[in-house]
Amino acid sequence: MSAARPAWDEAYNFAYLDEQTKRMIRRALLKALAVPGYQVPFGGREMPLAYGWGTGGMQVTASVIGPSDTLKVIDQGADDTTNAVSIRRFFQRVTGVNTTEATEQADIIQTRHRIPEVPLREGQILVYQVPQPEPLRKLEPRETETRKMHGFGEYGLMHVRLYEDIARFGHIATTYSYPVMVNGRYLMSPTPIPKFDNPKMRNNPAIQLFGAGREKRIYAIPPYTRVESLDFEDHPFEVQRWPHACALCGSRESYLDEVVLDDSGGRMFVCSDTHYCATRRAAGHSGAMAEGSVARALAPSAGKQEDSHERA
Amino acid sequence: MSALEAVTAPRAAVRPLLRVCGLSKSYGETVGCVDVSFTLYPGEVIGIVGESGSGKSTLLNLLCAQLEPDAGTVEYDVGGEGLRDVFCLPEPQRRRLMRTDWGLVHQNPRDGLRMDVSAGGNVGERLMAVGARHYGAIRGEALDWLSRVELDGGRIDDRPKHFSGGMQQRLQIARNLVTRPRLVFMDEPTGGLDVSVQARLLDLLRGLVREMGIAAVVVTHDLAVVRLLADRLMVMRRGRVVEEGLTDQVLDDPHHPYTQLLVSSVLQV
Amino acid sequence: MTALIAVSGLSKEFVLHTQGGARIAVFEGLDLEVRGGECVCLHGPSGAGKSTLLRALYANYKPSAGHVRVLHDGRHVDLTRAEPREIVEVRRRSVGYVSQFLRVIPRVPALDVVAEPARTAGLPDAEARARALLARLNIPERLWSLAPATFSGGEQQRVNVARGFVLDYPILLLDEPTASLDAANRQVVVELILQAKARGAAVVGIFHDEQVRGQVADRLFEVASFRRNAA
Repeated sequence: MSAARPAWDEAYNFAYLDEQTKRMIRRALLKALAVPGYQVPFGGREMPLAYGWGTGGMQVTASVIGPSDTLKVIDQGADDTTNAVSIRRFFQRVTGVNTTEATEQADIIQTRHRIPEVPLREGQILVYQVPQPEPLRKLEPRETETRKMHGFGEYGLMHVRLYEDIARFGHIATTYSYPVMVNGRYLMSPTPIPKFDNPKMRNNPAIQLFGAGREKRIYAIPPYTRVESLDFEDHPFEVQRWPHACALCGSRESYLDEVVLDDSGGRMFVCSDTHYCATRRAAGHSGAMAEGSVARALAPSAGKQEDSHERA
Repeated sequence: MSALEAVTAPRAAVRPLLRVCGLSKSYGETVGCVDVSFTLYPGEVIGIVGESGSGKSTLLNLLCAQLEPDAGTVEYDVGGEGLRDVFCLPEPQRRRLMRTDWGLVHQNPRDGLRMDVSAGGNVGERLMAVGARHYGAIRGEALDWLSRVELDGGRIDDRPKHFSGGMQQRLQIARNLVTRPRLVFMDEPTGGLDVSVQARLLDLLRGLVREMGIAAVVVTHDLAVVRLLADRLMVMRRGRVVEEGLTDQVLDDPHHPYTQLLVSSVLQV
Repeated sequence: MTALIAVSGLSKEFVLHTQGGARIAVFEGLDLEVRGGECVCLHGPSGAGKSTLLRALYANYKPSAGHVRVLHDGRHVDLTRAEPREIVEVRRRSVGYVSQFLRVIPRVPALDVVAEPARTAGLPDAEARARALLARLNIPERLWSLAPATFSGGEQQRVNVARGFVLDYPILLLDEPTASLDAANRQVVVELILQAKARGAAVVGIFHDEQVRGQVADRLFEVASFRRNAA
């Protein structure tokens, strides 16, 4: 490293957390990787952000990031929303690392509610922000009891929730936070990603780390690990499909967001992964509304409405 | 005698299902129960009666391993392989017992049901807990059980919080019996119900218990309940069993002063 | 032929703790043997202890001393010492009891009330037997599907008798089975008892009706003679 390089704001330790804390979190991460899907408690620190804005994910990122890493931060698939922008700026200031919007170029991707469309590769780390690490919490409020249920592999209750879905809606209506079994042993919450992304967790070459700040839990999926979405024999797991293509890039493979255009019911469907969409358009793909004023308004860095989903 | 010969074929020696020895529990100075022993055989129904504070609920909680005794043992014929001390079983095995081989009917159905899960989900939970993964089959079984406890199958997707007390209690019974347990613990199963509803529930329980050959421990202060349900009776007072025997023998020819008082205090109708 | 019922040295005393510990001695040192095909009529004035003895034979009352042995599965079981579950088995298959009054089970139809003992014993034709008996005892068929709680006294009594005879118990205990019946139905019950005797059952009963007694009883048994200080 050359002395001329503009380093981080040296009022802070590198990556904000002190070295002891990072060491403690790394130990928790190693344990989490050794026992895939198991929730490891850790001594979560106060971060200069309110709980619910990604403090868990930030602590994990701060513990694994090095000065030569390249960081990407996404929120609902977008690089340019408030949460993503503020976390990216935070790490620029306390680490001085390079940041990118390109999935392929990132060493670490911190995410809220999505897995990028571009397949990840070995050596990359995906850090999830986790609002509620316990998939059984809504069914069983006692922590002592859910720990026993994990310990003894008593997961029948989770199927009761899916049963209730089918009984009420005719199909499994859970579309996000869709529970998964990791390595055939631990039931795990995939965080509020759409179930569209669940299959990407399976056998992924990248390391997947999960940090819950308020609940002070860390869990992980090592590369190439079996991750199965729960289902019934006669109601198998299925991902969402759209009758539309992306209105901007024309993709039929990506996860689409619905955007309301006016008061008379006009709407369009666009990729939630902004980098994926922009890359396709740059390569010459285009969708039905690619040339209009709406498309210009939705172009990268034009800002995007925050949705009402639970915050991580 | 031909008809009788058909049913008097020699039976294999029957092994006990539950054996309780010297069970005691106190809460500081307060006595829970003292030195209770009995043996229960498959298909036998034993009633435990006594007034409030006599220790019958403590005893029930000890029997179904919800409470650890100060002294004594509770042994159960786990998996038909002989008696084993339930407090020495590994916890996962004990918990598995609780949701397969045992049933627990609470006095208040709210303690035994998931009030925000549909009737079908409540009945299906134990099936899913033991690995049932076919929605149609689970639902079919749930429907069958709703009809067996005389609940309208059309209410399978309704939540029990919209059910009457009697319906909730019947749902709780279905939820427990769906895995065909060999032993069911009941804590005042008719408590808090209207008299007219009580009779229906008792009759239903009696039929199911006999038909399925379930052994049961029924705790109640209502002598009419044990008269109808129980083969045997234990009368408890201040934590001790003061009299036991055949139900009709204890009720019709009580020997202990307390039992005589208990029996003579019941209004005859 | 061995005795189906063998009672020896039987004593019964009630101690009423709720009434100052009053003691009521009923009988003492009572012996009785009943063989198959024999009908013994318990005899004596009201209060002599006939019902008490009958109930002791069914293990409903617990004697103060002595033995009540009944033949069950080819061996004698002492009801004063047997485990409750043994007594349940004895009652299920070997000893039938017709009480004076029907203990009504809510909601259960008359047909099921009658068929239940046969069903519990595993007889495949339990319901057919129950139908035959109800018809024979002149219970109108429209009542069969109703719970007997609302029946008249005589109808309830006949349902009770039918329940007692639905299984061919080797031992039958009858507590005034004809008390509230008309002549025709009384005769049906007499025939049932005679049939039971003919198939080898040992019958012990209390019959106040002299005519019935004359038709069924082989001998009278004076319970009062076993009173303490009895002459």
